[in-house]
Amino acid sequence: MSAPSYDDVEVGTELPSQTFPVRRVDLVRYAGASGDFNVIHWNERAARSVGLPDVIAHGMFTMALAVRVVTDWAVDPAAVVDYGVRFTRPVPVPDDETGTAVEVSGTVAAKLEDRRVRVDLTATHGGAKVLGRAQAVVQLG
Amino acid sequence: MPIDPSFVGRSYPPTEPYEVGVEKIREFADAIGDPNPAYRDRDAARALGHPDVVAPPTFPFVITFRASRAVTDDPDLGIDYSRVVHGEQRFVYVRPVRAGDRLTATVTLESIRSAGGHDMVTSRSDVSTTDGEPVVTAYATLVVRGGEQ
Repeated sequence: MSAPSYDDVEVGTELPSQTFPVRRVDLVRYAGASGDFNVIHWNERAARSVGLPDVIAHGMFTMALAVRVVTDWAVDPAAVVDYGVRFTRPVPVPDDETGTAVEVSGTVAAKLEDRRVRVDLTATHGGAKVLGRAQAVVQLG
Repeated sequence: MPIDPSFVGRSYPPTEPYEVGVEKIREFADAIGDPNPAYRDRDAARALGHPDVVAPPTFPFVITFRASRAVTDDPDLGIDYSRVVHGEQRFVYVRPVRAGDRLTATVTLESIRSAGGHDMVTSRSDVSTTDGEPVVTAYATLVVRGGEQ
């Protein structure tokens, strides 16, 4: 894989899409690694008690998955100089072996100054968007 | 009762230094399922021009999440943490977090607004090295859901 050049990228250039599995074990591991042990991410009883349909993925876990589409494309993950999302819909994760999945696609939405581009990301779960205004600014060579 | 917007601008003391370790970065990268060698292998990171292993873009949350407890625990704001959901998150990077960094976060209340019975509290966490080099700024918006009408 070679890093994309600013000169070769156009508005509308699509980044390779990816599908990421999300299982209960992934949430447990993320809780430990991030330090976010909020019970709604691992305890079904607690999740239901606050009106959620099931245990839900950490928003920050989904945010981490989504930017993979950008960092895998850019090659150097430090090329991401700005990254923001809105958490618009929870990702419920069933208690089985396969769990669920988040699908992520990205498109170059703008070419900026200093050889930077803005990538707009779309992350969906079961066909519905789970992130809003998910945008990364990427420094290209 | 809505959160008093007059607290916008309030800053909290810098957090205790957090020393970023190679194995912590690897653990975090494993947890998000990302096999990128720049998060594990010094030679791979150096080949990209970095002095040491770098952390994934959302890694700074490990530090800013802890720091943001100053906000959620602030008795003047009176946030009911059981009603908090994460609404928005943004990182603006000066450079990537690297293994060996000693980082501290200073949290400032950026905005407080109310809409639809909910309060939206946005905090800014300026993360810098203990030598004062800025590394990343994180913006987090917490939505405090209103009670039953």
